[in-house]
Amino acid sequence: MSAGVASGLITNAIGRRVPTLVNGREQVPYQGVDGYRPAGRKAGPPVRSNSDYPTNGDKRVPDLETALRLCGLRDGMTISNHHHLRNGDLVALGALQTAARMGVKDLVWFPSASFPCHEPVIELMKSGAVHHIEGSMNGPLGDYCSHGHMHGLGVLRSHGGRWQAVQDGEVHIDIAVIAAPTADYFGNADGSHGKSACGSLGFALADSIYADRVIVVTDNPVPFPCIPWQIQGNNVDYVVEVDSIGDPSKIVSGTTQITRSPDRLRISELVARFLRDSGIMRDGFSFQAGAGGIALAFVDYLAHMMKAANVKASFVRGGSTKYLVDLLQEGLIGYILDGQTFDLDAVRSIASNPRHVPTSPFTSYNFHGKGNFASMVDAAVLGATEVDVHFNANVVTHSDGRLLHGIGGWQNCLFAGCTILAVPSFRDRIPVIVDEVTTVTGPGELIDVIVTERGIAINSKRRDLLDAVKGKGLPIRPIQEIKAEVEKICGGKPAKPRLLDNPVAVVKWVDGTVLDTVWQVVDDNPYAPKVSGAE
Amino acid sequence: MPAAAETSVARRGEAGRAGLDVRSDLHVSFEERLSGGIDLDLRSRVDLYYGESIRQQVRSALQTLGVKHARIEIIDEGALPFVIAARVEAAVRRAGLGQDKSALPEAVALPAPSARDRLRRSRLYLPGNEPKYFINAGLHGPDAIILDLEDSVHCAEKDAARILVRNALRAVDFVAAERMVRINQLPVGLADLEEIVPQAPDLILIPKVETPEQVSDVVGVMESIAKRSGATRPIWLMPILESALGIENAFAIAKASDRTAALTVGLEDYTADLGVAKTPGGTESLYARMRVANAAHAAHVQAIDSVYGDGADSDGLLRWGQASRAMGFEGMGCIHPIQIEIIHRAFAPTPSELEKALNIVAAYEDAQAHGLGVVSLGSKMIDAPVVQRALKLVARARQVGLVAEQTGAVGAES
Repeated sequence: MSAGVASGLITNAIGRRVPTLVNGREQVPYQGVDGYRPAGRKAGPPVRSNSDYPTNGDKRVPDLETALRLCGLRDGMTISNHHHLRNGDLVALGALQTAARMGVKDLVWFPSASFPCHEPVIELMKSGAVHHIEGSMNGPLGDYCSHGHMHGLGVLRSHGGRWQAVQDGEVHIDIAVIAAPTADYFGNADGSHGKSACGSLGFALADSIYADRVIVVTDNPVPFPCIPWQIQGNNVDYVVEVDSIGDPSKIVSGTTQITRSPDRLRISELVARFLRDSGIMRDGFSFQAGAGGIALAFVDYLAHMMKAANVKASFVRGGSTKYLVDLLQEGLIGYILDGQTFDLDAVRSIASNPRHVPTSPFTSYNFHGKGNFASMVDAAVLGATEVDVHFNANVVTHSDGRLLHGIGGWQNCLFAGCTILAVPSFRDRIPVIVDEVTTVTGPGELIDVIVTERGIAINSKRRDLLDAVKGKGLPIRPIQEIKAEVEKICGGKPAKPRLLDNPVAVVKWVDGTVLDTVWQVVDDNPYAPKVSGAE
Repeated sequence: MPAAAETSVARRGEAGRAGLDVRSDLHVSFEERLSGGIDLDLRSRVDLYYGESIRQQVRSALQTLGVKHARIEIIDEGALPFVIAARVEAAVRRAGLGQDKSALPEAVALPAPSARDRLRRSRLYLPGNEPKYFINAGLHGPDAIILDLEDSVHCAEKDAARILVRNALRAVDFVAAERMVRINQLPVGLADLEEIVPQAPDLILIPKVETPEQVSDVVGVMESIAKRSGATRPIWLMPILESALGIENAFAIAKASDRTAALTVGLEDYTADLGVAKTPGGTESLYARMRVANAAHAAHVQAIDSVYGDGADSDGLLRWGQASRAMGFEGMGCIHPIQIEIIHRAFAPTPSELEKALNIVAAYEDAQAHGLGVVSLGSKMIDAPVVQRALKLVARARQVGLVAEQTGAVGAES
């Protein structure tokens, strides 16, 4: 049980009860979107000397165990991994299991995200090798944490928040183990080539810069220099060559398919029409898009409208797919600034097209810096599991309180010029538009538009958007009206799930303050659908 | 699982579907008991949110159906209340109980009655036993939805589907869509009419009509049901001609009842009847379609085309729809909501047609205002039928928003 790792619950600026102490560290409660100002200097890794590294640059060691031993692995350390290999990853589990075999205890695992393939980490937590996870938890790991089995408290951060936490010294990485689809013996590494190619390696960049020790693990060793390199060998301590870092079929999908669901297509079309009719779609505009069903379809509709209006986008931020790559090649968009590369066409594109550029959470998302790309985008189209009448939204828990998704770049994207949540108004019989979200992941003041199959709700703070689309034939409706309609269809307001007064995880805001708490669930519905994690 | 065989004949019934691939439906397993009240075992995806509400609903439905003692097992995949009511009723009826009783869901307000000559460009087919497609069907903007009890429903599920469709007519808001039902051929269709007619559908499609008598039979049944239930709202008819004989009798069928608002054709069955292949070009059915169009116009009812079966081929659909309009049809069926907008485009007048018609209408109104019997445009005299066609075209264009209501100016596309 996680009793005792969280304490001193107080109510923060958005009215949520949050702990002031998490895993032994003092916390700052959320103080509003822009309420908190950091002080001090960035964290930094220890100073090293060339004298301790081979002058010929060859940092290879025989295996991961040797590398971990040379890194000084011991009890209680924080081990980090990135998630660019998604559900095909073999390296994170390999590193943790090797560490467990070496007899260490109480590790903190700090992945940039976890996937169902990481389920065996549960065994490592049961045996005591891993103490807790700070990172997104889905599927079986999410259930394990949600039921209060983890020894420490889960800490959920956005991609930008993870960079911020490392940079600000909130999380100190002892050993970063970086899976690299291509690397040379010096430690220069890249993700766009090799049999396990995954595109950008941006999520591993902070780890390579700030960790005390850095191990690069590759299944595609190339002679020095590895060109291009996204990870600099100058930050790397050891290089390990293995047969395989992952299952390519689960790293990238073949071709991502556009949804055929009529309801999702309707939502996607409404999103595209909103962008067109509000005037956001104009020459030189920019947008953010992901790889979910609605996101792919919305890009398809928008592309047709852009062609019809002879409009080009200057850049697109986001997870890249074949659909974005096609637009890039057609000249409809100037650049793809790529955070995650989702399919084979996108991997090929990032490896060969100079206008398809890998980015990192530093350039795209970090809030404690001198600006970031996500806030420069004209429009971001995102999903959510719940949205409430105050436009607050939830992406981390299911309506029953169980952990469902990581935050990903979602929080960071809320700073776009126009933030649109594209969601069905209910799923099966579960309302998505509700009185109050189960877990606040994003404050409503940053969320401008909710697009559902039953109409579009615009945040009253955005008078300009309301005026811009007046008389354009879009189904603009008050959010309360959509909510009331959904409750009528579903047969009344849904009952609130019973949650125990025991925190199992916290949700961080982009500035490191605590936005909300995830509470322990009561296991009283064995027939609840099993959720599979993604991103 | 039931452990031992019952000594007496227990009355049992099952209905609906559950499983990992099923959404918005439920499986109900019902067994009558002699005593002990209602023993309800509910496993629901949405138990946390609506478990109590479902239990209450099931108990009250059983009471309405006159069931006092029973074991009832439900696996629910997030079904809406009107579906739960339908599946419980179907299971009870299959057990031989609850005859002549209905567990009706709460009703939504009925839309305004539909006009005989209303716009019927697109009609979206909804398989009658697949509840997950019902609730959002109207949002996609078809001129009509068709709750289908015929070919899309397995013959072993006809009873369950008609209860579900009845409940949908009552409880689902189909927005602006006309609410159509395709019944089965008589005599199976008799039972369909018994459930459907009291719930005031706007139009009933009668399949595989070959003779005018088949239409009169349906009308007779509808009238006696309406008399019993006191319903007075108009329910229009659309006979479907799907055989060589039906095509030959097209005009007589179209004239068989003044409830008939439209005549349509079913090409899958028609080509099968002819023993020929159904081709994308449709040469083999050209005669049948022209015959239907002509008969419909002769009888002053709408001519409505069949469906375009390839849901992924939007260019082919657009061409088919445009050709169909040119032959005199006013609409066609949809098998997927993405076809709706394309069909509406296909059946819209072209900009040049519309401009010409607007000029003629303006000249006609001018002549009327000046008390002139002859309408002329420039140096040309316009014949009366041409004026009539222009008036009709402009009226339709107004209905679909291509012409602004007051000014008569050509409006921008949304």
